[in-house]
Amino acid sequence: MAVETHRQFRKDFDGSGLNRKTKDRITIIVFLLPAIILFTIFVIYPVFRSVYFSLFDWNGLGPATDFIGLENYQRILSDKIFQKAVVNNLMIAGLSLLVQLPLSLAIAIMVGKDFPGRGLFRTIFFLPYVLSEVITAIIWLGLFNPNPDRGFINAILVFLGFESRAFLGDPELVLFSIFIVLSWKYFGLHMLLFMAGLQNIPHEIEEAAVIDGANQAQLLTHITIPLLGSTIRTSAYLSVLGSLTQFTLIWVMTKGGPINASEVMSTYMYRYGFVRFWLGYGSAVAIVMLLIALIFSLIYRNLLQRRDYLAEV
Amino acid sequence: MTDLSLQKVRKVKKAIPVAIKYIVLIGLTMVILTPIVILIFGSLKTRGGMYSRPYTIPNPPRIENYVRVLTQDVFWGMLINSIVVMVGTTFGVVFICSLAAFVFSHMNFKGKGLVFNFITLGLMFPITVAIMPVYLVIRELNLTDSLLAVILVQTAFNISGNIIILRNFFDAIPRDLQDAAYMDGCTAFDYFWRILLPLAKPGISAVAALTMIVSWNDLLTPLILINTDRRWTLPLGTMQFQGQYGQDLALVATFVTLSAVPTVIFYLFAEKQIVSGLTAGAVKG
Repeated sequence: MAVETHRQFRKDFDGSGLNRKTKDRITIIVFLLPAIILFTIFVIYPVFRSVYFSLFDWNGLGPATDFIGLENYQRILSDKIFQKAVVNNLMIAGLSLLVQLPLSLAIAIMVGKDFPGRGLFRTIFFLPYVLSEVITAIIWLGLFNPNPDRGFINAILVFLGFESRAFLGDPELVLFSIFIVLSWKYFGLHMLLFMAGLQNIPHEIEEAAVIDGANQAQLLTHITIPLLGSTIRTSAYLSVLGSLTQFTLIWVMTKGGPINASEVMSTYMYRYGFVRFWLGYGSAVAIVMLLIALIFSLIYRNLLQRRDYLAEV
Repeated sequence: MTDLSLQKVRKVKKAIPVAIKYIVLIGLTMVILTPIVILIFGSLKTRGGMYSRPYTIPNPPRIENYVRVLTQDVFWGMLINSIVVMVGTTFGVVFICSLAAFVFSHMNFKGKGLVFNFITLGLMFPITVAIMPVYLVIRELNLTDSLLAVILVQTAFNISGNIIILRNFFDAIPRDLQDAAYMDGCTAFDYFWRILLPLAKPGISAVAALTMIVSWNDLLTPLILINTDRRWTLPLGTMQFQGQYGQDLALVATFVTLSAVPTVIFYLFAEKQIVSGLTAGAVKG
């Protein structure tokens, strides 16, 4: 506080007098304006525009005139395929939280801080993250090929004495197969975050606990994991938001099929909004998706009560 | 006393056998690399070779597919489009976010918290969720089918996260410097341009590296906004190529490999920046 006042004092009497305040104000406005303008035009305004269009039956030709109120929303929410899509989104999110995160956390803890080759392994594990989802999808389309003479995974299954499976063509398997690909691509990101989080835990705390007689398990549950709290929360947030908004991988691999078995909200929106070009209906789908993402974000923020810093990844 | 405790620490550390650690690590390495290696193998085969032996070592390696892809304008056109979009978006994001992050980090004004919350609202709206509304607005602005639209949209949707990352970097720069500069008669802009930016170079390059990757790999924005195939970016073109030449798996593998090459090269050079950007944004509680 005292420092603040002192700083203010120095600012106000720095020789250029009152000018400083006006100058600062201009700087603030000029510096913030580009971000605010771009963000408002391309992020905030479209959302409101979409709310408006979602109230129309509109195919994008000519102006939207056929006002139908909330009918689009009624149809979306009662559409079995959309319900299926939401369930699929939640399935992917659940699997990510229950399988992918614990696994990457366990491995991050296991590999620990310093060992020979750490950098090399990190480079390799993180590599799939930098490959585009289109590339990832095409690579795995090949690996999942149902014909064991073509697809590597089925070749291994057959080699091991199992029957080959149509991973992406079987409604029972398709979502799980997609989850494997998502894990392959994003596991490294979470592990990287956890490794960085571990790095931030001061050595002294762990050593002190060991000196006080903590065993390895106690060290983990009482020191390491609690201190990784914010990293775990961030990782979970990114993971769920990513799962709720996943599009590219699924669209390139299955287009939501077979028979909507891998349909998610975004593929549903793309199908109706852009392929069939029902812009009114598509807008309504977008708003529903947005609300779901928003509700999740708000729950996350309020439930966890901490403002973790998030990267857009 | 210290000797004793150190011994104990070492003992506990040894409780995890090193061998198991490396077995798991090498196993994971294989899971990660096998798909990529198979892709590269495939890219070095002929169409027939790909059908008879899809995942073996290409023997001898055939580079016909590479010649075929690289001698056509299609690939180079997409590459250039992707570069244009990436450079535009990265420049836009770095410019806009460093200005704003400077204000949020180093200046005070009434309602600062409110403005900050408004701009970081974007974290809740990933592009997938908002692409439909965005398309409608781009259409109203008559910007469809232009790379400029892709740049504007990508930039807008990368503002929120990168402002936070840069603010974290700027926050780490001592305030005393600012005071000293002001004492010497610097304006806020002088300070930002001559002192802060050079000092925050690691932060700027982290944000730039992250943005380059995000922009380069983005499919959805160009998929929605671009119609003309001359303006396709690499991810969009790769997807279309796969659809068109789906029967010639070796050729598709070559195209995919080539479209991954820039990313991988960039990654190997900028890994440090990418990692520091991601962790600066995410690991701070």
